[in-house]
Formats: sequence, C-alpha cells, structure tokens
Amino acid sequence: MSSGRREIHLGHLAAAAGGVCLAWASLCHGGETLVVRGDVVHTMAGPAIAAGVVVIEGGKIRAVGAAATTPIPPHARELRGAIVTPGLVDAHSVVGLSGYLNQPQDQDQLDPVEAIQPELRAIDAYNPQERLIEWLRGFGVTTIHTGHAPGALVAGQTMVVKLAGTTADAAVLRPVAMVAATLGDSARATGDGADTKSPGTRSKAVAMLRAEFVKAREYARKRQLADESKRPDPDLRLEALGNVLARDWPLLVTADRATDIASALRIADEFQLRVVLDSAAEAYLLADQIKAAGVPVIVHPTMRRAGGGGETENLSFETAATLAKAGIPIALQSGYESYVPKTRVVLFEAGLAAAHGLSFPQALAAITIDAAKIIGVADRVGSLEVGKDADIAIFDGDPFEYTTHCTGVVIDGQVMSTEPR
Amino acid sequence: MVQTLWAIGLAVAFACVPAFTARAADPCTAFVGARLIPVGQPEIAAGTLLIRGGTIAAVGPVDAVSIPADATRVDAGGLVIMPGLVDTHSHVGGGQGGDASGPVQPDVRILDSINVHDVGFRKCLAGGLTTLNIMPGSGHLASGQTVYVKLRKAATIDDILYRDAGGRPLGGLKMANGTNSQRDPPFPGTRGKAAAIVRQKFVKAIAYRDKLAKAGGDTEKLPDRDLELEALVDVLEKRKIVHHHCHRADDIITVLRLREEFGFEAVLHHVSEAWKVAPEIARAGVGCSVIVLDSPGGKIEAADFSLVTGAVLEEAGVPCAIHTDDPVTDSRLFLRTAALAVRAGMTRGKALEALTLAGAKMLGLHDRIGSLEVGKDADLVVLSGDPLSTHTKVLQTYVQGQKVFDRDDPEDRLFAVGGFGASRDQRAESCCNGPTKVGAMR
Repeated sequence: MSSGRREIHLGHLAAAAGGVCLAWASLCHGGETLVVRGDVVHTMAGPAIAAGVVVIEGGKIRAVGAAATTPIPPHARELRGAIVTPGLVDAHSVVGLSGYLNQPQDQDQLDPVEAIQPELRAIDAYNPQERLIEWLRGFGVTTIHTGHAPGALVAGQTMVVKLAGTTADAAVLRPVAMVAATLGDSARATGDGADTKSPGTRSKAVAMLRAEFVKAREYARKRQLADESKRPDPDLRLEALGNVLARDWPLLVTADRATDIASALRIADEFQLRVVLDSAAEAYLLADQIKAAGVPVIVHPTMRRAGGGGETENLSFETAATLAKAGIPIALQSGYESYVPKTRVVLFEAGLAAAHGLSFPQALAAITIDAAKIIGVADRVGSLEVGKDADIAIFDGDPFEYTTHCTGVVIDGQVMSTEPR
Repeated sequence: MVQTLWAIGLAVAFACVPAFTARAADPCTAFVGARLIPVGQPEIAAGTLLIRGGTIAAVGPVDAVSIPADATRVDAGGLVIMPGLVDTHSHVGGGQGGDASGPVQPDVRILDSINVHDVGFRKCLAGGLTTLNIMPGSGHLASGQTVYVKLRKAATIDDILYRDAGGRPLGGLKMANGTNSQRDPPFPGTRGKAAAIVRQKFVKAIAYRDKLAKAGGDTEKLPDRDLELEALVDVLEKRKIVHHHCHRADDIITVLRLREEFGFEAVLHHVSEAWKVAPEIARAGVGCSVIVLDSPGGKIEAADFSLVTGAVLEEAGVPCAIHTDDPVTDSRLFLRTAALAVRAGMTRGKALEALTLAGAKMLGLHDRIGSLEVGKDADLVVLSGDPLSTHTKVLQTYVQGQKVFDRDDPEDRLFAVGGFGASRDQRAESCCNGPTKVGAMR
C-alpha cells in the first residue's frame, strides 16, 4: 500500500511543449487527453512493449507504442505503472443482476416460474449502481458479460456492459450477447417438492429443448408465409429462439458433466447453433470433441469449489490449460456464487490458471482479447489498439501475483480509480 | 550475527542430544539449504532444519547446525520451509453440531460426527495445513463443542485428536450471533433475544457451578449431572475457549459485553466489520480470526467485509489469525488468503504468523505447534517458493516428522490439483454400496 498514487500531471512541461499542440491538433480539440505509461505495456495485439505508452483522446486509443518513439501530447493528465494491460474482460458473470446483499429484493438473475424463458432481457434487470461493480472495477475489470444465471433450462438473455455509467443504457456495450441455457442438476426439478415445469431428468431436459427449437423453427417458417392471415401472432419467446436458430445469438450452455457437455454439442450439431460452453468442469474428458465442434469454452472460475460431490466433483485447476493446449478457444470468468463471497474476481481466477499451466500471455488473453472475441466485443475492447475503446488497467507488478495492486482503471478514457487495490 | 549465535546455541544444545521426548535412536532427518521461515523469528536465507522422532531438534543457518551422523540428509536448496499451517476455523470432515431442537446445545460434540476419510482432509494436507479447529456451524447461539485435530494418517477420529494431560480431547465451544442463528422459536428472532437466551444459560451454569462447589465432592449433595451446563462451566472456568462467529460491528461488541459479564475467554471469528471497532477489540484484549474473501456480500452481515481487516487489526495491536472456513474458502489455497491480506496492507510477518503461531495461540497449542522452534512438533510445509506467491506450490507436508503429502505422488497430486476422481471419497460417503474406492483411505 506504500506505492501511493502514481498520477503525474505534466503541466510544467506545457510551456516548453506548447508548440506541439499544432501537431496534435486533433487531440487538442477532441476531449480530455490521457497518457498512460507502463514499464511494460501488454497490448494483446502483438509483443509486449517495454517502456510503452498509450495515448488516449475522446475515449479512444489514439496511439500505442514505445514511449521513445510515440509522440506524446502536452498538457495531458498522465498515469503510470509497472504493468499496463487492456481493461480486463470477465467472460461470464451475474453481477448487476445478482446483488451483493443476496436478499430476494436484489436477486434478478433467475426467474423460477418457467423452465424456458429466452425472452427475458438482461438490460431490464441490470443495476449499474450495484456495489459489486465498483469492487470488480477496482481490480481492473472494465467489461463484463452478465445476465441471466445458470439454473434454468433456458434462463434468459445475457448482455455485455462496461463497468461505468449510471444507467443500464449508458453501460451497455452489447444489449444481447447470448441466450443462457443450463444442462445439469441445477436446471432439474428434483425431490418431493419439485415443480413440474422444469425437467426431472437429463433426457427430459434435452427433449424439452429440442421441442422448443423445433417449435421456433416452425414459427419462423410460418411468419414468412405469403398469406398474412396464416402467420402466427408474434411470440417473443419463439422470436428469441429464432435468433439463436439464425445464429445471430449464440446459445451459452452451462454444463459441467461430460454427459451434459456431449448433449450440448449434439444439440448444436442438430440445429446448427452457435454454442458457447460455460463452466464445463469435465471438458478435459471431451477435448477432442469440443475442438472438432469448433466450440469455445468459458471455463469455470479456476478456484470454483467442488461442493458436495455431484457435477463439479471432478473440477481441476488445470482445465483451462488442458483446453488451451488442445487448441480450444477459452476465456475465464468469475461465474455465479450463491453465497459468500458473492462474486469472484476474474483477475484472481486467471492468476491461479497461470499458476496451473497457462502461460502468462494465455492467461492474460483469457481475460482480455480472447474473452472479448468469445462474447462478441473484440472490435471495441480486449486489446490496446488504435481506434479501440480506451479501457485500461494499471498494475504495480505482475498482475497475477496475489500481492500486486491494481493502481489505475480507465474506461472510455475516463479515470475511474487510482487507489491501489 | 545475533541470529547466528542463537542458531549456534541451538545447534550445540540440541542437535546431537535427545530433545524432549525424542530419543537418540529415533530417526533423524536434516533438511539442508532451504529458506526457513520460523515465524516469530527472522527468516533464515539458507538454513538447516533438523528433526528427530517427530520433534524439531535444531533450526539455524547451514553453517551453524551440525548434522548428526545418523541423519538422513535432504537437500532442500531453493525450497522454503515453514511451520505446518494452523486453521482456527474449518468445517472439513462432514461434521455436524446441534440439530433443530434448540438454539443452545453445548453438550453436542462435533468429534462424534467427523468422517476422517473425507477427501477434505487430503486437500488440507495439499494446502499445507497440519492442525485444524473443526467447528459446528453458525446456525445456533451455541452449536456444540469444537475439536482440535492434528492431521496424522487416521483410521478414526481418535487418531487425530489433540488431548490434554488427562487424555480428554481438546476443543472449544462454537457460538454465534447475528443473522445465522435467527430463526423461528425456540431460536431467537432478534439480536436482543439472542443475547438474553445466552445470558440466561450462563446464569444457570453459574448456579450449577456453585452447587458443584458447595457439594465439595459429597455425592449426596451433588446436583444431577447436566452435560449442557457442564460444558458451559468448562467455559466459565476457562477450560474451554469460546470460538464466536460474528460479523457486524455491533455483534462483535455484544460478544465482548457477554465475555466481560461472564468472564469467559473468546476468539472472535470472521469479524467482517472488525475494521470499524478495532480499538474496542484491542482494549478488550481479545484475538480475532479473520476470514479473507474475494468479495463482500452473499449475506447481509458480510456486506461490509473488507480486505483491510487484517491490516487494521494488526495496527491496533489485536492478535490476528486467518482461517479458511472451508468450504467457504479452499484449504488448498490457505496461503493465498494471507497474501490477499498483505495486498491490503498487513505486514508479511504478521500475515504468516496469522496462518501459524497466532492460530496456535488461540487454540492454546502454541507450546507444541505454530513455529519452527526446537522441541516443537515437526509439523512442516515444504514450498517451491515464496509462501505469498501465486506460483508457489506446496511440495510436501509433514506431521510430527511423517510425510503426509507429497506432490510427486500421483494420488496426492490429484487432491492438490483436482481432476477426475479428486472428490472420490465424498462419492463413497453419499452412496451405500460398500467400501470406499481404492486409494481413498489410508
């Protein structure tokens, strides 16, 4: 905690460098300019840059390169640190929908009334004032893929947000990212008090899912009928599944047991869906099949607990590394926590993965550019490249070491925090 | 220099002569060249640790400790050795405390319900833990007696108990306030009611104790034996310490008030909001066992959890341990929790102490464990690097000189890393078709 604030204003250079403003005309007129310097800058779009600098204007990255060869605008506010990375991207969370109090009034991640509800939109439930957002941001996380949680056969839609803004609309980066489905025990009705709307067995779950996609396909066909009177009334649920069938929206399938992962791949093949596997505790048993299917995996939090046997009993710290080695695109996530702590931090999960087989670049990519690609926002975030959003995390050492601090967070060119965390 | 002299002194005094219960004929092992973290003493960059018969026989710089001729020499160059970790708050082993019959059940002993074959114990060893305080849950005002265990290889719980001089199992009493213990009657519905129930029980226990004293051993005059009150008398007489779950600042203060009123000894556990009342805790002279979590929330009383608690308590001079509360945090990652406390401002020395000696003191076991000191049990963790680094692995764990975890052993590695079958004994436990799978028991 002794590192203190690392913010430097270059006002004293203003007079000497005043003339440079001509060369930086666009910068001088396009909003606040910010300069971020790092002993090492990991752009995730090429080799790391020693003594690097990122120049930001108007919320976008205007230049990235070695400080010695990159023109630096005058009058700019300046941040610096040992390690500079893109703002971290958490590939799957429920923060903003599942609140930190864990009381009924702040839990909007799962509606238990029906088993299949793809029409539920994440943007209608996202709370940008949630305290956990500030918590995650303090550790360098700037973008999260959040929304409806695992725990229903089809729980609802997910979205991608920046961890900034006071309304959901201001925070949103992609209003619909995927449709969240779960194959496994948490989406099954079990015991005496089981509701009859949820599937009671694994086979029933898959049968229900197939039936609904068949229905959606029929609906889409009939909506195109020439005779308007024969077209069915609009149905938001089937419209949503139609978007999945049309491959506009991926189906995010949370599945841990190899059986359920195999079912997800079977469904993907049958309906030609874009599937993204989520959690996938036993994915290492099916690496060849996953690879062949071309399906990316958002691997469970590395430190997820193998609670009480069942689906997660075969969790491994090494799964991310095993899948990466097999050539499967992976990202890491904070996941969903039902108790204490209410969320994990994807930076920490990547650190543990880096200690268990992922290389440093692989682990960093899994929470930056590779995560951004899988959730469909790599055109905006995930790497430090000219023209991309100015989302940046600054660290006072190896970001994966437990005792390193995140000392600066920038989102869309705005300095969100500089307090070491 | 002082350090060197100290070490030479030890070497001369103990290296080649029987130390305490160890006899000269007992097997002797010398770990040579490791960085030693004794805890409570400065680290030794290149040291020798000598163990004989399950006890530490010498600790010092390499050039200051002579290695006996009969010693097995282990080259530990580049490795780090520290004391076995002490977890003051664990739920490993599937143990259960009180049931739904009432809020105060101090007669219930968790040791009567622990499955020593639970895979959780193997994972503890993979994390370098060698001593645990296994507790019942926090759903009662008093949920039962806790048990202190030493993670030797075990067939039954009796094999791992710490015992007092009279052979009685050692443990404390688990108590809790706040929201976890609030339920429908006969459980309390409010914080005021919770304190009133506890106060009433202790008043009864005092009367019982007085009757016992008055009887003076005369069996005619002795009151009927009451196991509940007997356990509370143990607490009043400071034979058992209270391990008290509490999160919110006002709940912490309530524990201090009851402790002051009835004169028992207590450790405050979890203490999410201790950072708000550190001076008050310091004035009471009570230790805290802190939980270190990845985020606040999950329940209302943990809403103001902060990573700075350890640092704030340290600065206030409060004795501070860290615990896993396994399954809330993973015993395999116990070192990590101390590192996060350091990230938030705790000093390295105090954080490492919080995993070892501070906890040992809270369990009253510091004469035997918690630091690398001559005469103490040879409970050790051998690490691949610095204990606070993400990349460091627990390579070996020793309990009383016996190797109980070895990362090079494929089965041990499975428990350390996870993978197919890594939770196998839990499977066996939940099924009813015969013996545990091969390898799950030792």
